[in-house]
Amino acid sequence: MNELITIGISDMKVLPSPAAFATYALGSCVGVCLYDAACKVGGLGHIMLPYFPKENPNEKIHRYADTCLPEMIKAMEYMGCCRSRITAKIAGGAKMFNVADDCGFGNIGARNVAAVKETLQKLKVRIIAEDTGLNYGRTVYFYTEDGRMVVKSCTMGVKTF
Amino acid sequence: MSIKNLSQLSDMHIDVLREIGNIGAGNAATSLAGLLNRKIDMKAPVVRIMDIANVDNALGGPETPVVAILVELSGDIRGIMMFIVSQHFTKIMLKSLLNEENVDCMRLTDMERSAISEIGNIMIGSYVSAISELANLKIKISVPAVTSDMVGSLLTVPAAEMGAVSDEIIFVEDDFKNSNNSISANMMLVPSLDSVEKLMSGLGIDL
Repeated sequence: MNELITIGISDMKVLPSPAAFATYALGSCVGVCLYDAACKVGGLGHIMLPYFPKENPNEKIHRYADTCLPEMIKAMEYMGCCRSRITAKIAGGAKMFNVADDCGFGNIGARNVAAVKETLQKLKVRIIAEDTGLNYGRTVYFYTEDGRMVVKSCTMGVKTF
Repeated sequence: MSIKNLSQLSDMHIDVLREIGNIGAGNAATSLAGLLNRKIDMKAPVVRIMDIANVDNALGGPETPVVAILVELSGDIRGIMMFIVSQHFTKIMLKSLLNEENVDCMRLTDMERSAISEIGNIMIGSYVSAISELANLKIKISVPAVTSDMVGSLLTVPAAEMGAVSDEIIFVEDDFKNSNNSISANMMLVPSLDSVEKLMSGLGIDL
């Protein structure tokens, strides 16, 4: 078994097989697993916010859906992947708190998921599995041997996608 | 000077936040002691500007299950305060308040949730009223929201909601003590950036 490669908040990595990624405790953040089954190259990104703030150009690009995902694709293409073969599995984007007197609060998870989907659509990458929303935290494991995404949570057990 | 992220706060600013923490925590300990009907002492709180990833580790790793109470601040300043308690502390509280044993912290009942929410309300309320008195600012707090889950999945929420431009948060570590054990609870404050300036100028400190 390979060593687990941990992806921190606002981080991403792309590696060839065999590699095993983990990103722990996604709340409103979204974990995106990109995979090219033909060359067995995969990447995992831990996205925290939807769109890159143009007024703050020194920001980390991997924090934002619209800047992190193109970088991941670029890195994958550099490693020989073909864009049309890349597929995505996504998890996270939960609403962790329900603030009674503010219905606008807690939508960041949903906004993150929407931004990830929009960006992937622009990049013409298909989403083939998704475990998003609801109200619990998720840990994501992603294996480049077979493109398997495993989602673990405190109350919902382990699910494989 | 206007600030772009929390790491620009100087030692003096941190001292001020710590002093607020002291006053707030003092009030909170008194209320908590009354509520739990036991003697509670407190050490001076530790206030740090920390990276979320390090907070994870300080609390036992990102997957550690905890109970968190979140309150939104509005009025003169905007921000989020979150009170994080360990499962151990939660059990002690629920034993004292509801006389319940064998609490499953990951599957709280409505009654348990409501009791925890009240404790959070008192703790956060004491802290916020200390800030608002000292800085002469009007701050409203929302009804507390209670969640139990992996600590990592909860910590990023305030920062994300405030549209963070960094992974740093103001982290207040409170250590409560009673006669036979020491329990630690943590509070974090994530102000919006314009609120940091308002808060500091309310306290008479230039940034």
